[in-house]
Amino acid sequence: MAESIKILTDKIGIEGIENFDVYRKNGGYKAVEKAIKKMSPDEVLDEVKKSGVRGRGGAGFPMGMKWGFLAKPEGVPRYLVCNADESEPGTFKDHYLMKSNPHLLIEGMIISSFTLGANTSFIYVRGELMYVIYILEKAIAEAKKAGFLGKNILGSGYDLQLVVQPGGGAYICGEETALLESLEGKRGNPRNKPPFPAVKGLYQCPTVVNNVESISTTPWIVLNGGESYSKIGLGRSTGTKLISASGHINNPGVYEIELGLPVEEFIYSDDYLGGIRPGHELKAVVAGGSSVPILPAALILKTADGNSRLMSYESLSEGGFQSGTMLGSGGFIAMDETTCIVRNTWNFARFYHHESCGQCSPCREGTGWMDKVLYRIEHGLGNERDIDLLVDVAKRIEGNTICPLGDAAAWPVASAIRHFRDEFEWHIKYPNEAIKYQAVYKGDMIKV
Amino acid sequence: MDIKPELFKVTIDGIEVEVSPGTSILQAARKIGTEVAPPAMCYYKPLEKSGGKCRACLVKVAQGSTNDPRPMPKLVASCITPVQNGMVVENFTNEQVVDTRKGIVEFLLINHPLDCPVCDQAGECHLQDFAFENGNGVQRFEEERRTFEKEDIGPYIQLQMNRCILCYRCVFTADQITDGRVHGVMNRGDHAEISTYIHKTIDNDFSGNVIDVCPVGALTDKTFRFKNRVWFTKPMEAHRDCDKCCGKVHLWYKGDEIIRVTGRKNQWGEVEDFICNTCRFEMKKTSDWIVTGPVNISRHSVISANKYAANTIKKPEFALDYAAEHYKKINDSRPYNKNLDEIKASEDYKTLMEQNENYLNKSQN
Ligand SMILES: Cc1cc2nc3c(=O)[nH]c(=O)nc-3n(C[C@H](O)[C@H](O)[C@H](O)COP(=O)(O)O)c2cc1C
Ligand code: SF4
Ligand code: SF4
Ligand code: FES
Repeated sequence: MAESIKILTDKIGIEGIENFDVYRKNGGYKAVEKAIKKMSPDEVLDEVKKSGVRGRGGAGFPMGMKWGFLAKPEGVPRYLVCNADESEPGTFKDHYLMKSNPHLLIEGMIISSFTLGANTSFIYVRGELMYVIYILEKAIAEAKKAGFLGKNILGSGYDLQLVVQPGGGAYICGEETALLESLEGKRGNPRNKPPFPAVKGLYQCPTVVNNVESISTTPWIVLNGGESYSKIGLGRSTGTKLISASGHINNPGVYEIELGLPVEEFIYSDDYLGGIRPGHELKAVVAGGSSVPILPAALILKTADGNSRLMSYESLSEGGFQSGTMLGSGGFIAMDETTCIVRNTWNFARFYHHESCGQCSPCREGTGWMDKVLYRIEHGLGNERDIDLLVDVAKRIEGNTICPLGDAAAWPVASAIRHFRDEFEWHIKYPNEAIKYQAVYKGDMIKV
Repeated sequence: MDIKPELFKVTIDGIEVEVSPGTSILQAARKIGTEVAPPAMCYYKPLEKSGGKCRACLVKVAQGSTNDPRPMPKLVASCITPVQNGMVVENFTNEQVVDTRKGIVEFLLINHPLDCPVCDQAGECHLQDFAFENGNGVQRFEEERRTFEKEDIGPYIQLQMNRCILCYRCVFTADQITDGRVHGVMNRGDHAEISTYIHKTIDNDFSGNVIDVCPVGALTDKTFRFKNRVWFTKPMEAHRDCDKCCGKVHLWYKGDEIIRVTGRKNQWGEVEDFICNTCRFEMKKTSDWIVTGPVNISRHSVISANKYAANTIKKPEFALDYAAEHYKKINDSRPYNKNLDEIKASEDYKTLMEQNENYLNKSQN
């Protein structure tokens, strides 16, 4: 196996690593000591900026730049909020990271809060993950006892209180401003932007919201320097990324990969997914969680220009939405030829219909509409104009909503039709075939 | 020292206007007049935090400002986007805006019951106006409409949730002008509904104002229910000394009888002075009021039909003949119509439906 760099998962697998003592013995909290005792907040910020690490929650915004935008008015508290609401279908890396190595996130939270000057920080955890919340709370208590949290951390005069807040189990509360509303105890409706959280966030104070994985990179960056981090990866996709791999592959699970790994190697190498299950072949991939455009096998392995497709922000989005997709949150769903794309698309559409907060009309009404039309097509009740209708509805939602959930609902539908239109047509043309349980379009029209 | 605040120059649909910094695009457009003002289904000036939701007011910012002339990449909600100096905005002159707005009309209508013939709001409904002025006039939605259970929220206010467009105005009203909100939005997505907390009734001196702010017939006056169509009633301006509110109202007459009392709406359909429930629901005698004269109603409004020599309006002659001539049996060649019964009778279909049913039930629990 190629020697690969592990930044986030290196300690996972060590017996008892979820306990403070074991974590500490294995080099844990050294980064906090270094940051708080030897560095100033600005020095840490500098390292994070140099690292080029980008937000791992989906949008890929450079973390150092985001931190740099934080407003710092006199006498107003600042907050750091960790987004652990992970509810995107196909993404389960934060869950894995928090339950396997809770102290890593806490260490990252201390460093990040110190850098941003936050004295109260929050971890907003998806409500369904109650057991993870208990793990985190235990870890926080241990860290506090050891003097890494609470008042006057390591004698530096810096205070930090860390609060774990369970969410109510709504996907929309992963959107950063909905999360802040929810954290304030209100209904989780996304806010209109501007103002952005960096200016008016939690309780109208400057706030940074970052993903679990993003925050967990900070201990490594502090210990090894931003420059070393920026040398890992490829171009502007620096560092490593956790990929949640699922679907018809031999080895599903969470993988830490160096950005820039060829997709082909990732799918077929035994170090990673180990190929498609025996006797089957790859049909399509959703590369970054349910919200990103689906790509057929040919386009995920090679770009439209014939270049090898790599696991990086730039390479995956090469070709725009015409022939590319996005790295998103790294939820890699592989589907073999037994997958009905129409059914899959309907399933995604149902999800967004169910999760839309209902504030803005295009998303509230459009997600339900697409769900209903896709339901009909899948159940042999489609008609020819439905396909163009779906494309049009998706287009009318996209870009016209308050938060990106509208786009996230539109893209899977639009891309499925873009790349698998024949499959939709087949469902409409041969409704008798389409309604057979597990009917799958095999590429040529069946004679009826 | 020059204390006059600097004014921003903004161009909307080719017309220039000067407004103070902090003004929204929508307000700047309203300053120019109805011909360029974007429609607004959720924004309501007297209510803080309103706006941004319905997306009816989306406009194109073709030039951000004099300093940064780049256009904004997406359409923006004009009701909540502040102007910049030198901003150039396209509203009715931009094809994308007009087209997107058609889409918004369609979205707002797909689950709307279209029961205007029995809706008390008809004639003064903003959704009717919005759809009529900006819509496409075609219907592409063939699915079943979403519906809600009926809910009684008290003696004065009729809630018809099926008609609600979730503008949140009534929620802000209850928050900002009554002492204690007992209703709000429950659930998510297209199943989000206005409801009271565990079936409480709304009982508050100023609760009736939610009727006036509601752009559609989701919240209507129970004391006016089915009494008359608004265009057959005659609005009069009136006031009285009230110890709770400003006492400035519109009285809606049917003959000599006051059948409804509302707040005074301005040109944009907004009530600026909210009124109390006593004035609204209990003062239904002319002797309760000092009547100052008829309400000035624009010719454009259907409410004017009764006032401006209705008999001089020409009857559309063609209607019936035209309809008869063009009435054809609809030729529906959709494939499912042909073999729908066949499909439904098949074993595969039954199995599939069962599986689906289980699947859906499971995932909903
Ligand atoms: C509908 C929706 C759901 C989201 N869910 C999550 C989530 O579960 N976890 C997350 O980290 N970011 C989520 N995001 C992205 C956040 O809004 C935000 O961009 C992110 O937390 C920023 O952190 P990062 O810069 O570290 O990626 C979601 C965004 C949207 C629009
Ligand atoms: S896009 Fe959807 S989820 Fe986002 S604010 Fe609008 S209705 Fe809510
Ligand atoms: S009931 Fe009326 S005012 Fe309240 S949200 Fe619905 S449409 Fe708006
Ligand atoms: S009026 Fe601006 S979004 Fe509704």
